[in-house]
Amino acid sequence: MILSLSKDSVSIQREQDVVLFRNRLKEVAVKIKMGLLNQTRLITASSEIVRNMLRYADGGIGLIEVVSRGRDNGIRITFTDQGPGIADISLAMRDGYSTGKSLGLGLPGSKRLVDEFDIKSKMGEGTIVMLLKWTR
Amino acid sequence: MDRIPILRMGSFLLVTIQVDLYDRLALTLEADLVQMVNKTQAKGVLIDISAVSIVDSFMGRIVGNIASMSKILDAETVVVGMQPAVAITLIELGLPLKGVHTALDVEKGMALLKTMIGDEEADESEEDDSVAE
Repeated sequence: MILSLSKDSVSIQREQDVVLFRNRLKEVAVKIKMGLLNQTRLITASSEIVRNMLRYADGGIGLIEVVSRGRDNGIRITFTDQGPGIADISLAMRDGYSTGKSLGLGLPGSKRLVDEFDIKSKMGEGTIVMLLKWTR
Repeated sequence: MDRIPILRMGSFLLVTIQVDLYDRLALTLEADLVQMVNKTQAKGVLIDISAVSIVDSFMGRIVGNIASMSKILDAETVVVGMQPAVAITLIELGLPLKGVHTALDVEKGMALLKTMIGDEEADESEEDDSVAE
């Protein structure tokens, strides 16, 4: 079972918020002694999702939680937006697919960088993306 | 508005990125650099990212763009000082930065630029010779 130890909700509205969010995440990661490589993976993965949220959904909210399961500690981030939603998630998760003019690496790339990844979307209501990375 | 300074050193342009880039800053840098390459007829661009802790797909694309645009303007680009964690993350993300030359530090990057440009000039003078013959 995964227990949530602390919660920190960050609103993401402007492109400068990408850097602010990364800094906030970095503080939390350092506090729970996550290794540098895993920090970099998690922050990069989040950065991709935050960018997607800004581009396709006009921003949203990122909830940063410190979680524990047994002896392991980690960080879980839940991104919630009220954007248009994703029509075909399996297509959006494919490498190189993008409806924008980006490289199409955001979703599949960030999934490769974290330990657990979940995405739910409903057309016209929004999208929720969950990332989880253990400290080791 | 914030800007990343671009230094000119002989026929090279030198950029040291000391802050975490947000999108507009990165796009401004891309435009500034390409214009500077054109204006100064620079032969090489050296980008030092040793202080950058996160490179996501957007940033990676900007670096790739700078390299391809400079290439069209006849300048080579070398990225130096990438942190190991950033390199690992870029590959796992699926962004191998193809077409971008890299070196471990500024000194090695400079040496690489000089070799690349030196070779080019050598090729050109050889061609000139053959035409003369």
